[in-house]
Amino acid sequence: MSRFFYVGALLVVFGFLVAAASLLRPFGIPTVSEMDDHFIQNAQTETGANNAVTAVVFDYRGFDTLGEATVLTTAVIGVMLILRKVQK
Amino acid sequence: MSVVVRTIARILFPMVLAFGLYIIMHGHLTPGGGFQGGAVVASAIALIVVVFGGERLIRQKGVLSVLEDIGGAAFVALALVGIGATFFRNVLAGGGGLFGVSPPFGPNPGILNTGGTLPPMNLAVGLKVLTGLGSVVLLLYLYGGNDDR
Repeated sequence: MSRFFYVGALLVVFGFLVAAASLLRPFGIPTVSEMDDHFIQNAQTETGANNAVTAVVFDYRGFDTLGEATVLTTAVIGVMLILRKVQK
Repeated sequence: MSVVVRTIARILFPMVLAFGLYIIMHGHLTPGGGFQGGAVVASAIALIVVVFGGERLIRQKGVLSVLEDIGGAAFVALALVGIGATFFRNVLAGGGGLFGVSPPFGPNPGILNTGGTLPPMNLAVGLKVLTGLGSVVLLLYLYGGNDDR
């Protein structure tokens, strides 16, 4: 009996997701694009790198890369905490 | 593991190592960079752990931990080089010194000497990801066995 309730709830949520996804903008056409044009035009002369993605990740938005390295460190610490030889 | 697997692993390990280091070093010219190249080299370490067992690498646990700390500290130190202007300031780009050559505008065959502080940052992050994921793989082999606690 409760199984039908859960299936019905899943269908309602899925219907809302499909309705929201049909309202999105087409992929790759933002509303304002001045920052993207600045990155594409000036990434090679300002940072000196051919790869615009690496220039954005390490130079324009370098602080987020620092947070990502911290997340990796936290993951390694978590694995070291859980998997260890328990002293009996 | 059988003789065929061990022989092929001995041949493949330096090739995967060289490929991963190539992806790390050329992060500012081709797709790739620090995180991607570090994952490739960690898969080479996983190959050694699967084929030969983790007992050969158990002495290197302290070395891996120290190298991860060096990678993280080098990343923050490189970010603090240009602290006169801002945090993460690219002070070496276009300067003419080490990694300071300006590339020609438009598509070009990449010059390795460009990029400013980007290639050293790629090396630091690559070292950190390499040793971190290698430590996780080694720990999963050593202590992730039977759950008899």
